[in-house]
Amino acid sequence: MHLAAVLQEQGIVVRPLQPSPLAPAELLEIDAFDWGRAAELAQPVGWRWVAAWAEDEGERLSVSACLEKHGGYTVLRTRVDSGHPALPSQAAYYVAADRPERHMQDLFGIRFSGHPDGRRWTRHQAWGEGSFPLRKAYPLAGTPPEQTPPDSGYPFLKAQGHGVYEIPVGPVHAGIIEPGHFRFQAVGEMVLNLEERLGYVHKGIEKLAEGRTPEALARLAGRVSGDTAVGHAFAACQAMERAAGIEAPARAAFIRGILAERERVANHLWDLGAICNDVGFAFANYQFGRLRELWLRDNLALFGHRLLMDRVVPGGAAVDVDGEGIKRMRASIAFLRRELDELLPILDANSSLEDRLLGAGVLSAEDAAALGALGFVGRASGQRFDVRHDAPYAPYDRFPVKVPLEEQGDVASRFWVRYKEIRVALRLLERLLEELPAGALTVPWQAPPAGAEGLGMVEGWRGEILCFVRFGADGAIGRYYPRDPSTVNWPALEKLIHGNIVPDFPVCNKSVNGSYSGQDL
Amino acid sequence: MLSLYRKIFTTGVLTEDVPRPPLEPEVEAVGVQLKAAIDRRFAGSLAIRQVDAGSCNGCELEIHALNNVYYDIERFGVHFVASPRHADVLLVTGPVSRHMEAALRRTYEAAADPKWVIAAGDCAACGGEFGVSYASCGAVSNVIPVHAVIPGCPPAPAELLRGILGLF
Repeated sequence: MHLAAVLQEQGIVVRPLQPSPLAPAELLEIDAFDWGRAAELAQPVGWRWVAAWAEDEGERLSVSACLEKHGGYTVLRTRVDSGHPALPSQAAYYVAADRPERHMQDLFGIRFSGHPDGRRWTRHQAWGEGSFPLRKAYPLAGTPPEQTPPDSGYPFLKAQGHGVYEIPVGPVHAGIIEPGHFRFQAVGEMVLNLEERLGYVHKGIEKLAEGRTPEALARLAGRVSGDTAVGHAFAACQAMERAAGIEAPARAAFIRGILAERERVANHLWDLGAICNDVGFAFANYQFGRLRELWLRDNLALFGHRLLMDRVVPGGAAVDVDGEGIKRMRASIAFLRRELDELLPILDANSSLEDRLLGAGVLSAEDAAALGALGFVGRASGQRFDVRHDAPYAPYDRFPVKVPLEEQGDVASRFWVRYKEIRVALRLLERLLEELPAGALTVPWQAPPAGAEGLGMVEGWRGEILCFVRFGADGAIGRYYPRDPSTVNWPALEKLIHGNIVPDFPVCNKSVNGSYSGQDL
Repeated sequence: MLSLYRKIFTTGVLTEDVPRPPLEPEVEAVGVQLKAAIDRRFAGSLAIRQVDAGSCNGCELEIHALNNVYYDIERFGVHFVASPRHADVLLVTGPVSRHMEAALRRTYEAAADPKWVIAAGDCAACGGEFGVSYASCGAVSNVIPVHAVIPGCPPAPAELLRGILGLF
C-alpha cells in the first residue's frame, strides 16, 4: 500500500507531487502539524525510516524525511516558518530519526517537539547556540573564536549505584582511528551503558558543497568517508544525474559497479583481519592485510588510485578497463578466491577465535529492525535489505544480487556475513567483466534548471547510502545531504554492547566499524 | 592447527621480497635510509602517535598499511604508540576540525620534548578539499607547529615512509 493511502486513510492531507521530482522516489507534501503523526502511522505498517534533511528557502525552511518499504522510497516534505521553526518529532516512533533531527536542530535551528532526547548533537563549541551554519545567511567562514574551546557541559547520562564507575574514552583513541568519545558506565568488567558522543570530525561538508560545480561535488563526496570513496561519489553522481535528467552510459554504469565491488572487497578484507587482530589472532590480521594490499595495488595499476577516489564523475566514469586489465582482474579474482578457500577452514576450525566471536556483541533481530540497521550489521541480524537487490539500479538491474544473511546478530555473524559478501562481490565482478558493454564512458553534462533536485540510493560497502542534491543557479550545487549508513548503525553499537565486558568493546566496535567522518559531516 | 602452520610456512616472509609497486620503486632503499637516520638520532627506535584531527579516514587506511607485511615499518625501528606520552613524533591527518582543535593542542602538549610533528596528507598540509571554514581550521600548521609535510590524497604507504624520513 502506498504511504499516501495509509496517511490519507487516517485523515492526513497529502499532496503528492506529480511527476515526482525525486523519481524513482515519490514525494508527498504534508502539513507541519501532521509530521509526527505520519511517522506514527507509517512505522507499524513496516516503513523504514531512512533519512531527513532540511533546506533554507528564505522565509521558510523545508524539511524532508525519506521512508522505504519493499524497495520503494517515499519522501515526506513539509515547511515551517524560518523565524520560529518547530516540528513534531518523528524520533518518538523511529530511533533512526533521533540524531538526524538533533543534527537539523543544531545546524538549522529547528525545534522538534516531543523528541525523546532534545540534547544538542553535532554542535560542540565551533559555533554558538542560536546561530545555525546551514542557514543561507550564515557565512561559510563563520565567526570562529581565536581558539575553539573543547566541548564542555554535555549532559551525559549518569548511572549510579554501588560499584558503578564511569570510563571516558576519546576523542583521541589509542589506535590509528578516527576521533570520537565513548562514555561507559560499568560494574566490574560489565558494561551497563555506553553513550556515544560524536561530531568531532564535523568539517562542514554540507555547507562546503554549496556553490560547487558537479565535478567538485563528486570530489567532495569521495571524501565524506575515505573508505567509501566510490560509494558516496556514486550516490552523489546518481542524484545529480537524476536531477539533470541524464543517464550515465551502460559501460560507465558497469565500471561504477566494478569500482563499488572492489571497494567492498577491500574494506571487508581489512575488517576481517582487524576483527581477528582485536582478539589477538595476528595470523589472520597479516593474511587479510596481505590480500588487501595486493588488491589495493591492483586498484592503483588498473584505475590509478589505491582507494579509487575521483574515479566516478558526473555523467559517467573517469577510468576504463582494457582487455589486458580485464585479464589481470580475472586472475586476481581467481587468486583471491583460492586464498580465501584456504583461509576459511583455518579460521572456522580455530576454537579460540570462535570463543571470542560467538555470542559477543549480540544485536537481536528485533533491535536491528527497530533501529533500521543497515548493511552487514543489519544482515547479520536477519535484516535482508540491500539496495542492489531491493531497489536495483544500474548496473545491478542486470543481475540478481545474492544477499547473504545470518540470524544470530553477534560479532561472528557480522564476520561471516562479510566473508560471504566478499564471495558474492567476486562473482559479481566476474559477471560485470564478462558482460561489460562497449561504448562511451561519459555523457556530456547538462546543467539542470535552478531548483532541480535528485535522490541517489546505492549500496555502499557499509550499506545503503542516500544522497540528496538540489541545484541552485548557474548549474551549481544549492544543497547536498549525504546519509552514510553509519548514521543509522552507530546507535546499534550502543545497543549491542549491553552486558558485554569492557575488554570486548574493541572487537564489538570493529565488527560494526561505523564511519565517524561520514556521520559527523 | 597444522593447516595454520602450513599457511604461515607457504606464505613465507614477504618483507624480504618487497614487490615493487609501479610508482613506488624505493620502499626498501628509503626504509634503509630511514633506519640509519633513526639509529643515529633515536638509538634505533622512533615512536609515532597518530592523531586524526578531522580527516575523512583515507589517510588512516594508508597509515595502517605501513604495518602490513609488505611495508612492515617496524623493521626500520618505527612503531606506533597508544599515547602521546610515549611518542617522539605526532603524525597528524586531516584538516583540523574546530571540534578537534583543543584535543590536538592538548595531545601536542602531552608529548614530551623534543617532539616533531608530521602533517600527513593534503588536508593536513594545506586544508585540502575542506580548507578553512566555520567548522575547519584547515592545515595542521594553523594549530600546532609542523616540522614535515607529506602531500597526497591520501599519501601511499611508500610516500609516508619517505615523508617520515624527510623529517631528518
